[in-house]
Amino acid sequence: MSFLGYPRADGSVGVRNYVGVISTVGCANDVAPWIAQQIRGTAPFLHQAGCGQLLPDLEITTRTLAAVGQNPNLAGVLLVSLGCEGTDVERIEKEIAATGRPVKKVVIQKAGATVALGEGLLIAQALVSEASQIKPQEFDDSHLVVGVKCGGSDTTSGLASNPAAGAVCDIVLDHGGTCIFGETTEFLGAEHILARRAVSKKVADKIFKIVDDLERRVRASGGDMRGGNPSAGNIAGGLTTIEEKSLGAIAKGGTRTIQDVYNYGERVKGKGLFIVDSPGREPEFLTALAAAGAQIGLFSTGLGVPQGFPFMPIIKITGNPVTFQRLPDHIDMLVEMTAGKGAGLKESGEKIYQEVLAVASGKQTKAEILGYGNFPGIYTLGPIV
Amino acid sequence: MELKEEAIVLNEKDNVATALVDLEPGSSVKIDAGGKLLTVKLTSRIPFGHKFSLARIEAGAPVIKYGEAIGNATALIGAGDYVHVHNVVSTRGSAGTEGGA
Repeated sequence: MSFLGYPRADGSVGVRNYVGVISTVGCANDVAPWIAQQIRGTAPFLHQAGCGQLLPDLEITTRTLAAVGQNPNLAGVLLVSLGCEGTDVERIEKEIAATGRPVKKVVIQKAGATVALGEGLLIAQALVSEASQIKPQEFDDSHLVVGVKCGGSDTTSGLASNPAAGAVCDIVLDHGGTCIFGETTEFLGAEHILARRAVSKKVADKIFKIVDDLERRVRASGGDMRGGNPSAGNIAGGLTTIEEKSLGAIAKGGTRTIQDVYNYGERVKGKGLFIVDSPGREPEFLTALAAAGAQIGLFSTGLGVPQGFPFMPIIKITGNPVTFQRLPDHIDMLVEMTAGKGAGLKESGEKIYQEVLAVASGKQTKAEILGYGNFPGIYTLGPIV
Repeated sequence: MELKEEAIVLNEKDNVATALVDLEPGSSVKIDAGGKLLTVKLTSRIPFGHKFSLARIEAGAPVIKYGEAIGNATALIGAGDYVHVHNVVSTRGSAGTEGGA
């Protein structure tokens, strides 16, 4: 099977063809959308990071922005900088340029926001003109890179939409493509099961390590994720143990071998199934997927969530028919409640996979059409100072 | 259209099913367990999203869903019994969470 995509100089394939207008620090968050609102074909990337962070967090911010700028869906990048931020803007420029994408920069502290805006409009216009000359071509589906996520979960998530998303992952992988999942918080209690699917002991150890590290950080902040799970609400909904809750969550990653584990904000290399160490919260997690190189996100939900992403189409699936009816502006597909097993599961997986191919070829998702999802975030470990 | 299923078995290795509708005590539920058709008579009310046993589970034996152990039985669980925090304990939770936190 195949899809229509945009070839990139680094060998990746975009399913969209945007010019990214990327804020390098929270202080540039006003100018970046001014430019993006006026110049068609651009997509803004905003966040609150890049200043008043400790060095380990500034490293996360820098590597994440560099990786976001290399996402296959971006044909070029305009960086909007304040000037004095802690982010290593030069490194971001260099790393994006190394992929063969045009990358330009405007700096607010040079002559003010209005001048940066004027310069930015002209640069963005030229970049879009350049991008528009890239013609979509047919690529076989081994070029697909799909990120998977669940959120706003309810009882139907673990029974229907997560297993269905997992079935899609299995298809993507069996066709030679790549799938990425994460949300380390949701591995708790099932990490030993994920570790059994690791390609090597080294990768299995990485899975245990990211869970251990997370628990240590949570304990240092006075929390206890394992003891507090499942929550009273989970138990009322029928979940009995943390193993059961986590198994329902990780079902979205399918059943195939896990090739490697990456840090937050790193670009995934190679093909197959990968884990990115990441929180479950939408703004930060969807950024992790974009940074990892995902072209498309597959989002499993029970209660229904609105999030999209500025330049990565997000397909929403739910197993809850009430949610599907209630939120026609947000949810792309309904999965049958009995989809979580056997023949029904395979059928659901195939149906959603066809939608993934259609979206890859240009079909707009609900979140894209609505323009929902302009407030992504970047993960931080330490305090804001 | 096939008959609307009242409960789902997610993996053929599972020894529990999850109710897809509220189920009444004494009712006989027909379940497709990996192509094998089972009939289980329920001993108590099983709310939507909650679990019941497909067969006898000895005390201390694993309770299996998604093809994996989700915990161990703390008492003998008979076929059709309600399976939840009163008779299952996690093996992966932190100390003192018996019965669920």
